[in-house]
Amino acid sequence: MKLYCLSGHPTLPCNVLKFKSTTIMLDCGLDTTSVLNFLPLPLVHSPRLSKLPGWVSKDGTINLEKELKECAGRVFVDAQPEFCLPERELLDLSTIDVILISNYHCMMALPYITEHTGFTGTVYATEPTLQIGRLLMEELVNFMERVPKAQSATSWKNKEIQRMLPGPLKDAVDVWMWKRCYSMQEVNSALSKVQLVGYSQKVVRIDSVQEIFKISHFCFRAVVTSRLFSRLFFLQELFGAVQVSPLSSGYSLGSSNWIIQSHHEKVSYVSGSSLLTTHPQPMDQSSLKNSDVLILTGLTQMPTANPDGMLGEFCSNLAMTIRAGGNVLVPCYSSGVIYDLLECLYQFIESANLGTTPFYFISPIANSSLEFSQIFAEWLCHNKQTKVYLPEPPFPHAELIQTNKLKHYPSIHGDFSSEFRQPCVVFTGHPSLRFGDVVHFMELWGKSSLNTIIFTEPDFSYLDALAPYQPLAMKCVYCPIDTRLNFHQVSKLLKEVQPLHVVCPEQYTQPPLTQSHRSDLMLELQPPPMPYRRCSVLNLPFRRRYERIYILPELANSLVPSEIKPGVSVATVSALLHSKDNKHTLQSVPKPPPMPPSKKRKRVIEEPPVALAPKPMLSGAVALEAFLATLQKHGITEVKVEETADGHILHLQAEDTLIQLEEDGTHIVCDSEPLRTTLRDLVLRFLQKL
Amino acid sequence: MPEIKVTPLGAGQDVGRSCILVSIGGKNIMLDCGMHMGYNDDRRFPDFSYITQNGRLTDFLDCLIISHFHLDHCGALPYMSEMVGYDGPIYMTHPTKAICPILLEDFRKITVDKKGETNFFTSQMIKDCMKKVIPLNLHQTVQVDDELEIKAYYAGHVLGAAMVHIKVGSESVVYTGDYNMTPDRHLGAAWIDKCRPDILISESTYATTIRDSKRCRERDFLKKVHESIERGGKVLIPVFALGRAQELCILLETFWERMNLKAPIYFSTGLTEKANHYYKLFITWTNQKIRKTFVQRNMFEFKHIKAFDRSYADNPGPMVVFATPGMLHAGQSLQIFKKWAGNEKNMVIMPGYCVQGTIGHKILNGQRKLEMEGRATLDVKLQVEYMSFSAHADAKGIMQLIRMAEPRNMLLVHGEAVKMEFLKGKIEQEFSIDCYMPANGETTTVTTNPSVPVDISLNLLKREMALGGPLPDPKKPRTMHGTLIMKENVSFMLVSSEQALKELGLNEHQLRFTCHVQLQDPHSDADTLHRIYTHLKSVLKGYTIQHLPDGTVIVESIVIKVSSSAEDSNTKVLLLSWSYQVKTWTLFLEGLPMQSKPGSSPNHLVIESLF
Repeated sequence: MKLYCLSGHPTLPCNVLKFKSTTIMLDCGLDTTSVLNFLPLPLVHSPRLSKLPGWVSKDGTINLEKELKECAGRVFVDAQPEFCLPERELLDLSTIDVILISNYHCMMALPYITEHTGFTGTVYATEPTLQIGRLLMEELVNFMERVPKAQSATSWKNKEIQRMLPGPLKDAVDVWMWKRCYSMQEVNSALSKVQLVGYSQKVVRIDSVQEIFKISHFCFRAVVTSRLFSRLFFLQELFGAVQVSPLSSGYSLGSSNWIIQSHHEKVSYVSGSSLLTTHPQPMDQSSLKNSDVLILTGLTQMPTANPDGMLGEFCSNLAMTIRAGGNVLVPCYSSGVIYDLLECLYQFIESANLGTTPFYFISPIANSSLEFSQIFAEWLCHNKQTKVYLPEPPFPHAELIQTNKLKHYPSIHGDFSSEFRQPCVVFTGHPSLRFGDVVHFMELWGKSSLNTIIFTEPDFSYLDALAPYQPLAMKCVYCPIDTRLNFHQVSKLLKEVQPLHVVCPEQYTQPPLTQSHRSDLMLELQPPPMPYRRCSVLNLPFRRRYERIYILPELANSLVPSEIKPGVSVATVSALLHSKDNKHTLQSVPKPPPMPPSKKRKRVIEEPPVALAPKPMLSGAVALEAFLATLQKHGITEVKVEETADGHILHLQAEDTLIQLEEDGTHIVCDSEPLRTTLRDLVLRFLQKL
Repeated sequence: MPEIKVTPLGAGQDVGRSCILVSIGGKNIMLDCGMHMGYNDDRRFPDFSYITQNGRLTDFLDCLIISHFHLDHCGALPYMSEMVGYDGPIYMTHPTKAICPILLEDFRKITVDKKGETNFFTSQMIKDCMKKVIPLNLHQTVQVDDELEIKAYYAGHVLGAAMVHIKVGSESVVYTGDYNMTPDRHLGAAWIDKCRPDILISESTYATTIRDSKRCRERDFLKKVHESIERGGKVLIPVFALGRAQELCILLETFWERMNLKAPIYFSTGLTEKANHYYKLFITWTNQKIRKTFVQRNMFEFKHIKAFDRSYADNPGPMVVFATPGMLHAGQSLQIFKKWAGNEKNMVIMPGYCVQGTIGHKILNGQRKLEMEGRATLDVKLQVEYMSFSAHADAKGIMQLIRMAEPRNMLLVHGEAVKMEFLKGKIEQEFSIDCYMPANGETTTVTTNPSVPVDISLNLLKREMALGGPLPDPKKPRTMHGTLIMKENVSFMLVSSEQALKELGLNEHQLRFTCHVQLQDPHSDADTLHRIYTHLKSVLKGYTIQHLPDGTVIVESIVIKVSSSAEDSNTKVLLLSWSYQVKTWTLFLEGLPMQSKPGSSPNHLVIESLF
């Protein structure tokens, strides 16, 4: 069993598990931090950005004026932003049978994996994960496509040139692998491969379907497609022995951890999980017990920031700015923590006297995200479920919208521009500040110190995010809200569920670089966790002694158990073993058809005894007195008993036969076959057969 | 041999009061707990004394599962849990959990407040009963206890309707509740995977009907409504507040919009808006089209349909009124019916099934004079139309579900005996499986033949898999031999005999045999032995044959020595010794070189007999 690690980002993982003969990809995270190296994409022409000077190396030998621009001492690529994809060379992506998605943030690389790679497998995700994931992808595509940038920058990626660039561009890795955003068409095609699953649903995986499909495709290329499909269909009826099921992880709507198991092996995959009481269904912890291996990813990126404290700070800074007549900009993702922020504000607005302040949520998917959040009652925490029974919308932002306190718009163009009032609070994306409507507000409000930008998303360093907007007058407040497990919670969890081995990103096995004295900000376990980094291939340790096998009813009924000890019985089994798709069954041995005698010799020698059951092992001892009595009953009376060091020798004088009886053995020396058989059966009466 | 027992307490060869007991793998499960619309006495509820004469039901039931919110499936719930006494788990889907208490409260109000019955369940009892409910998600595997697991599938009959797969070990039962195999205007079609249950318990309301396409029925319905409106008549459509009502509302709403009609459409109870709210919040349970477009336009926000007030019934001019309940057995629909029945311009459209004993059932059977309370009779002059809109699977749909799930046995409930009989014949003929249709209180027993899951030691499995030959065909079965250890009938382990001895802490007892065989052979002892050795080697390929310097040949546990007879040096005495378990015995005998013609030599006989 092996684990291939395709992403080094601990919260945006992409690992591939080879489990038995199934290849399972765990998450498909897209590392978007690479976009911080690019210039923002403004929605309306920005004179400031267009006037930034191009970059020329100090000695003047390298001139990349067209590709690179300088702003406040940093260099940015002037092209459409690119993402750092999961590693695609470590293994053949077309061999992946299944992709398991744990939450909508961890599926953003899906089109890069499923499209143009020969991928023919199935993607499993919960309904909220699929729906909200689709929205987030749509939003990303929309952000990129509405401000097309024809220019692509590749010269700077040249190794020789990159070496000469100032940091952080100089240190960016694998820049040749960076890719532009996918198209909506690719998104749709990728998402059409998703099959929906519910929590604790047992998905039985048939491992060899694909293999066989490929082979059959190869062999029967000439055969009409319908034949192929019927073959596929037939194979899907089989039951494989690998089972996967999602468990609630408490992090976001429909977020899940996954159990991958056969009857005697269990791998738990823990991705972004939360123990805080926010809107999603609470995390299912107990199902993670008894794992052989637990793969741990997606811990909090802000181990020292308390989410509740941050929420308080968020509210007070927001109120302060508004009271002073300034605007508040909240760069955020369009789903997730924003629901909690709005719920918090719902309670806060009146007490803080913000009843008349307009709150705007601007995103091409704002409306959909708000609407979708209300229809996933099954995936919500208990309190929210109870509201639905009344029936009331589970999230209070419905009321904010109804009372016109919260307004949502697809973009700054259109209705928004006419209805927009200041001072106000704007929630909008993208949190990297490189694209989306947020770019416009940065240009608009950045020059005034009355305004405040409040960072709530933990994915991007706020200093890096702000770099291309410097110098800035607006206030910056950093209250990252990351509800994922912290180190304290995770060690408690691991103590409880006790996996035999833990695998985690190497970042979790040492304290953060900036806080190297904080040994409490790392995982300390016995045995120590197995760390991975991008491109690692780990051999997962399994110590397994048993496998599940099914005894078919006919055989089960023919077994003759005998009790060896109280409560313990044994039966000898001789049966035909069928093994298919990791599933093993035993059935009765059919009676061999009578073979023509002429061929007998040849056949028997070629095939080892197929139908012939071996004699069982024997156990126990033959008691002398009782045995003599039995012999007597069978007419053998003339027995001379001689004592030896280990037992007795019986001399059957009339029959000229010796029987050596010892504690752990019996030896019959006899030339007459019928007698020997009789004696054998008599001895066997005293012994247990196994 | 394990058995599964199914006993309907209600819905056995009948529609109404669904309540089915299943005993499977030592677990007792109750499926649905409904009331009968056709009775007002004790027969209204299932006879729980069948389970126990006195005492609470908790000790006898492992769980109760409610398939959907219709009262004939959940109407007896508070009675059962609070008045008879049941504290175990009750499972239902989220929408059912949300809507069921509202309908129960409605039912209670009509019975207690309007009809003045006492000794009925109270509002508090409904609340207490709902506290025992555990919500189910679709496709989620819920572990009721260590052995019993249940899983819900989409049934499409009403919002939140579910079919349920009940599994103990490798035995399983599927109960369909009410289901619909064709998607309609607001719900999707029922679906189940190939779960191959031992018994599929299916409703059979429309066992003999094969309905025409939904589109035709819709067109018919709209045509009838339209004609009646055109000639100034009033149209009454008795419905249940949730379910068909929403489908028909969507239908009329779009028709009114398209035809630009002005006649008012009313919906009778205060439940409407609330009911529509449920549809909005549980939009994931509706059909694909509605789900896809709900962000842009929520189908459950109606423009043309207004709330009804009792006084509107006497307004002049045409109108369409949706009124509850659906079988004209009580409440507002019955009141309006009484008002409008005398005018032949008016029309009543029954869009669903009507239980025997209800007025709906009577007028559908052509009865034109109805006896009302207090000896009054009512002449029915208005037009009576029946449109099968109730979302049950028809015969085709039932067969389709059987094909999906591939059950080993079939059991019909929730239908009329005569119709069931017909369908039973069809099922048995087409699928060659047994089909049962027990009456209420009658038990059907099906013996199952489950395969036994066992833990096989990996060593043994690998060894046996490796023995498949040099190039094993993985598809080809191989023989394996082992010892099955059964501890307390719970743990089953299949291991090699050697390991079994170790596991059980037993010593091995060796059983050996030795005999002498005489042969005629002129060669020296050593030569004879060598000839035996070379011959065995040529014959027993793949076996280790040892020729030891002390003058023995060893194959497996067989030891061979040769000595000359004291009397005659041409007569050799072969000393053969072997253990009880020796495997190569047959081969060994076949391989012996000195055999003369079969049966002729006494020596041969001796050798033959060794085996």
